[in-house]
Amino acid sequence: MVSEYSVLAEGLRKHYGDKQALNGFNLAVPRGTVYGLLGPNGAGKTTAVRILSTLIRSDGGSAWVGGFNVAAQPRKVRRRIGLTGQSAAVDEILTARQNLRMFGRLFHLAPKEVKRRAEELLEQFSLMEAADKQAKTFSGGMRRRLDLASSMILAPEVLFLDEPTTGLDPRGRSEVWASVRALAAMGTTVLLTTHYLDEADKLSDRIAVIDQGRNIVDDTPAGLKRVIGADRVEVVLVDAADIPAVVKAVARVAGDTEPDVDADELRVHAPVTDRVAALAEVTRTLLDEGIDAQDVGLRRPTLDEVFLHLTGGSTVTPTTPALSKEELVA
Amino acid sequence: MSTTLSSSDLDAPERRMYWAIADSLTIVRRDLTHMFKQPSIIAWQLGFPIVSVLLFVYVFGSAMDVGEGDYKTYALPGMFAMTMAFGFMNTAMGVTIDKDRGVTDRFRSMPMAPSAVVTGRGVSDTLHASVDLAVLASIALVIGWRSNGGLLATLAAFGLLLLLRFALIWVGVFLGLLMPNQEAAGNLFAVAFPFGMVSSVFTPPSMMPDWLGAIAMWNPVSSTANAIRDLFGNPVVTGGSWIEQNALLMAVVWPIVITAVFFPLAVRKFQNLSR
Repeated sequence: MVSEYSVLAEGLRKHYGDKQALNGFNLAVPRGTVYGLLGPNGAGKTTAVRILSTLIRSDGGSAWVGGFNVAAQPRKVRRRIGLTGQSAAVDEILTARQNLRMFGRLFHLAPKEVKRRAEELLEQFSLMEAADKQAKTFSGGMRRRLDLASSMILAPEVLFLDEPTTGLDPRGRSEVWASVRALAAMGTTVLLTTHYLDEADKLSDRIAVIDQGRNIVDDTPAGLKRVIGADRVEVVLVDAADIPAVVKAVARVAGDTEPDVDADELRVHAPVTDRVAALAEVTRTLLDEGIDAQDVGLRRPTLDEVFLHLTGGSTVTPTTPALSKEELVA
Repeated sequence: MSTTLSSSDLDAPERRMYWAIADSLTIVRRDLTHMFKQPSIIAWQLGFPIVSVLLFVYVFGSAMDVGEGDYKTYALPGMFAMTMAFGFMNTAMGVTIDKDRGVTDRFRSMPMAPSAVVTGRGVSDTLHASVDLAVLASIALVIGWRSNGGLLATLAAFGLLLLLRFALIWVGVFLGLLMPNQEAAGNLFAVAFPFGMVSSVFTPPSMMPDWLGAIAMWNPVSSTANAIRDLFGNPVVTGGSWIEQNALLMAVVWPIVITAVFFPLAVRKFQNLSR
């Protein structure tokens, strides 16, 4: 079955006890695209990926990956996918080269191919220097790259990436992003889950926003931002005491819209139409009233705002993920 | 992509058996690589029995009298059985780590034979146990233990030890899949310790308080320990109960019972991963 979609899901349902993890989930990922599955923790992203990669069975609905039904022909599907789950699934005791050779053998490559492919992937994922070191000595980013390389042994048609940068430091994150872009450039269809909005924004051709087990919107990153509409004027203050005055000033230029206030970050922002005039007006007020600001400017709406708008504002995920201590040591 | 990669199709029925074996061997190779890369693990595993031997034979030894022969000829075969009994912890630990790190999920998302993960582990754990036994037996020989049984009886005794270890692989796989993480798997020692010790390993159950002696007698480890003592021609001390009189039979029956109970449990637990 030749299909223009690498991944197709129709009405997937899955429950765990009382919790409905997926509740009529649909997805159509065109061949060769990078598709972001965006949603808060517990939205059902991982459940969707686990069903599509044949790890778990759905309670209802159907799904096809690479043209094969995941429930009826799991082995056919497995020969056409790569999976990179939430933890870097590599053997820590083995070296990078040994890992790739082992997975190559398990993918049933011929012995010569096993060796050749391992070298190719070490090169492609910049792991040649560390090839003979045990994976447990690797940094988070390196481990993740080895993990990605292991998923790419058969050059799969579809690569599933479940939160590939969770727990990585900024450097590891950009290493992984570069690898994903390179894979996409070679024609691999990538289905990526993330709760980092900037990640979905930077990597994806299309994004499905998922909440409470179903996708609520499906669009390009630019299209999603258009949902919220106009550019915004934004002021970041120094002193929280100035917030009321600035809210008043921003409200004046924003017409009818009540400005959004982020008290923790001392941020006041609102959508505006007459961009330059609005910016000048707000800046003049700040000058006149002697209010100091860290930042004054115009910007496009972030996916955060799109997300809050779509999900009714129940979950906030920072655009630039603040790393917890745990994540930093990981 | 520019590279064309051919991979044999597992769906062809006549190739299935071939790949099931080939994949198992790949897993065995992986597990053996682990063993060679971490010789300290073998040292750790053997550390406890060796220290126990030294402690029981040389420190308490003079005060230990089981009534028959030299205490160390009684205690050393017990030590072999105890090491096999503790072995299920290694299996559990390996299974838990693979599950925790996502390696099990990676295997399950690949077109390999699903049975290979488990059969591979079974084979490599048995090989691992053979290495353990060889090291322990060498130490035992050095400190004066001898098998007075014939070659066949001696080999049969080692066979029974490996049979017990093999049966416990399924307990290890089951418990390993049950444990949420590595730390929890480490705590299995709390199960292993009484399982290994409340037995005829160090002391004849007939010399224990009645209730404890009854538990110790019916412990599968005791049957194996007594059966191999008999085969080695080492002293066997029993209170004459049925279970002790039939140690040789029970050293075969117990592993079969354990396998019959835990193999299906382990398989079901493994299949439950896809729910």
